[in-house]
Amino acid sequence: MPTFVYMTRCDGCGQCVDICPSDIMHIDKTLRRAYNIEPNMCWECYSCVKACPHHAIDVRGYADFAPLGHSVRVHRDEEKGTIAWRIKFRNGKKDFDLLAPITTKPWGTCIPQLANEAAPADSMRDTQLLYNEPKYVAMNDNALMTLESNGLEIKEGVYY
Amino acid sequence: MGYKTIIEDDIDILVAGAGLGGTGAAFEARYWGKNKKIVIAEKANIDRSGAVAQGLYAINCYMGTRFGENNPEDHVRYARIDLMGMVREDLAFDMARHVDSAVHQFEEWGLPIMRNEKTGAYLREGRWQIMIHGESYKPIVAEAAKNSADKVFNRVCVTHLLMDESKENRVAGAVGFNVRTGNYHVFKSKTVICGAGGASNIFKPRSVGEGAGRVWYAPWSSGSAYGLMIEAGAKMTQMENRIVLARFKDGYGPVGAYFLHLKTYTQNAYGEEYESKWFPALQEMVGKEYLDPEASHATHRPIPTCLRNHAIINEVNAGRGPIHMVTMEAFQDPHLEEIGWHNFLGMTVGQAVLWAATDVDPKYENPELTTSEPYVMGSHATGCGAWCSGPEDVSPDEYFWGYNRMTTIEGLFGAGDAVGGTPHAFSSGSFTEGRLAAKAACKYIDDGKANGIIVTDAQISRRKEEIYKPLETYTVGRNEIVAGSVNPNYINPRQGLDRLQKLMDEYCGGFGVNYMTNDKLLSIGLKKMAILGEDLEKVAASDIHELLRAWELKHRFLTSEAVFQHTMFRKETRWPGYYYRGDAMKVDDENWHVLTVSRRDPKTGEYTMEKAPLYHLVGDIEDKDLAKLKAEGHH
Repeated sequence: MPTFVYMTRCDGCGQCVDICPSDIMHIDKTLRRAYNIEPNMCWECYSCVKACPHHAIDVRGYADFAPLGHSVRVHRDEEKGTIAWRIKFRNGKKDFDLLAPITTKPWGTCIPQLANEAAPADSMRDTQLLYNEPKYVAMNDNALMTLESNGLEIKEGVYY
Repeated sequence: MGYKTIIEDDIDILVAGAGLGGTGAAFEARYWGKNKKIVIAEKANIDRSGAVAQGLYAINCYMGTRFGENNPEDHVRYARIDLMGMVREDLAFDMARHVDSAVHQFEEWGLPIMRNEKTGAYLREGRWQIMIHGESYKPIVAEAAKNSADKVFNRVCVTHLLMDESKENRVAGAVGFNVRTGNYHVFKSKTVICGAGGASNIFKPRSVGEGAGRVWYAPWSSGSAYGLMIEAGAKMTQMENRIVLARFKDGYGPVGAYFLHLKTYTQNAYGEEYESKWFPALQEMVGKEYLDPEASHATHRPIPTCLRNHAIINEVNAGRGPIHMVTMEAFQDPHLEEIGWHNFLGMTVGQAVLWAATDVDPKYENPELTTSEPYVMGSHATGCGAWCSGPEDVSPDEYFWGYNRMTTIEGLFGAGDAVGGTPHAFSSGSFTEGRLAAKAACKYIDDGKANGIIVTDAQISRRKEEIYKPLETYTVGRNEIVAGSVNPNYINPRQGLDRLQKLMDEYCGGFGVNYMTNDKLLSIGLKKMAILGEDLEKVAASDIHELLRAWELKHRFLTSEAVFQHTMFRKETRWPGYYYRGDAMKVDDENWHVLTVSRRDPKTGEYTMEKAPLYHLVGDIEDKDLAKLKAEGHH
């Protein structure tokens, strides 16, 4: 399902070019609008569709197996923290909306700045613990599991 | 060439490729390296890069120790049986004991994780997977990585590692080019954490023409993790362990939630259960320890995924395809129907598009399944990747050389697809491996192991010339012909990719030959690969975008060559359903209960192969299950 761009909606802002993981959304130098330069490297990931502020990008199912006449549209809203989908079948029998959350917190506000955290003690460097551990393993202060703590030992298992 | 050279010097930790593994590395590195310079180089935009760019509807690796669900050793057992024994158990245990802490942080950062209303625990689909609304999984973890890194270079494709010239086999950074400006980027760094991806598109895909990008694993996963490390001479392991996925036909939509949460099941074209009838003969091939349906039934020990593929492949060959997923029962429940669709929208939108386009409503029609072309990766249910050191407190001597997740090249660490022998890490496990690698990399630097690195201008210039050669090849050869893409002096990246895929498919066990190969086919294939390697010296790029494709192709080529070499070396059919060696159609535990390790000599391109010991940390069967089995009269 490669993407394509509606001529009348695109203003060439380049948001899709900026986000496409496959580097296939480019700006047409003559028309100054975006287009998909390599449909056969498109994964239909919808990153560009979601990023487009004008809803100018849509998807048409891959020609080798998908007939014409369907539609799957999306609206991702970071402020509301939701993503809304509308799916229309080719035969018109099914046309439904689905909504899902994309985050439970105001965007980007709850992610720690590790540079501001207290530095770990030198002795911590020789342990097996990572940041926020052992507490975050089980959300209490139980120690990290080791082979010994779990009653395990390296078993002979070498078969040559 | 008019491209500028941009040098970023004095880097402590360079994260090359920032999917889930790389973002975990960048995040954690800041904690252990307060004053260290941490730089990310990513060929796309880290907000949507890697295999999780589209989103995920499940976190596939979560122990739930907090809810009393599983311990790390349970997961080791599971991964081991699924991979028919071939797992680095030290690395798997280490990942599993840390992975929950990553998941708990994701939830704090805003990732919506569904909960079981009755128990309060995370809502599970099966024993290891929890369900999420993960459309924004990648942007959320990218934010964490950006908060930690000094600099993020988006759209810089890393093509090669830089090597220290004062000490052999020590990394010194990496080089690449910006796919927008064309500028040459040099990163001089004390350590490199390779977070690049595994390989899609090295075997001929089932989709053709415009649909060729409709592969199960992201088309931008170009095997760079392997290409970078192999080229530099790192030892690799389990590269023969390619994976074939059973998925909804054409769209490759995920089936995990369908099987495990929606409780759907499969049947053949005539509505019959087919799986069990293939198991008796298959048991002869693999032995009772890997396939014992009765014991599996009694203990809920899973049947290895590859063996279920085997049943599908054989049933279809017997003329009773297609295999159908029975959705018509579950989808009568509106809640389950909604979950079925969300499952696609959250991670494989294309499957929703396909069903809408073909008027397949799973409420009234059971959709078709198929087996995919093979993929090579180290983070999903397969364990290809670099031979890495394990953690000090778990690893036996053969698996330990001082720094967790360090490859056999000093200062070069891996995470996610880059680390071999650690299947079933998935997204959360890859992020966790990145964290482990970052802590170890900081320690490596603090121990003075990166002192005295020398990179000469000659090395930097040599790489620059090499990187831009496809542009020059194009410029020189282009005007010999009138127009078009047929040129006697070069091939373009797409043509090279088509040739690679055909070769891999026909000689190395792709879908076109029913995943079958043998030593004769592999020898012919390797000969043809060598010639393709020569021709890739003449790959031509007409612009910077094609230059990106040219280097992706070269990374895919190196990955493929390793797959050939490993498949040739392991003279048994270890994973029926993923591939078959027609000349050795059985699992051979007597000779091959080992890990395979390869090294490509960077100077000559010659491969050496060796067997490495396979240690087991835990007993085969959980204590409670053992008691149950005994009570029921098994064993």
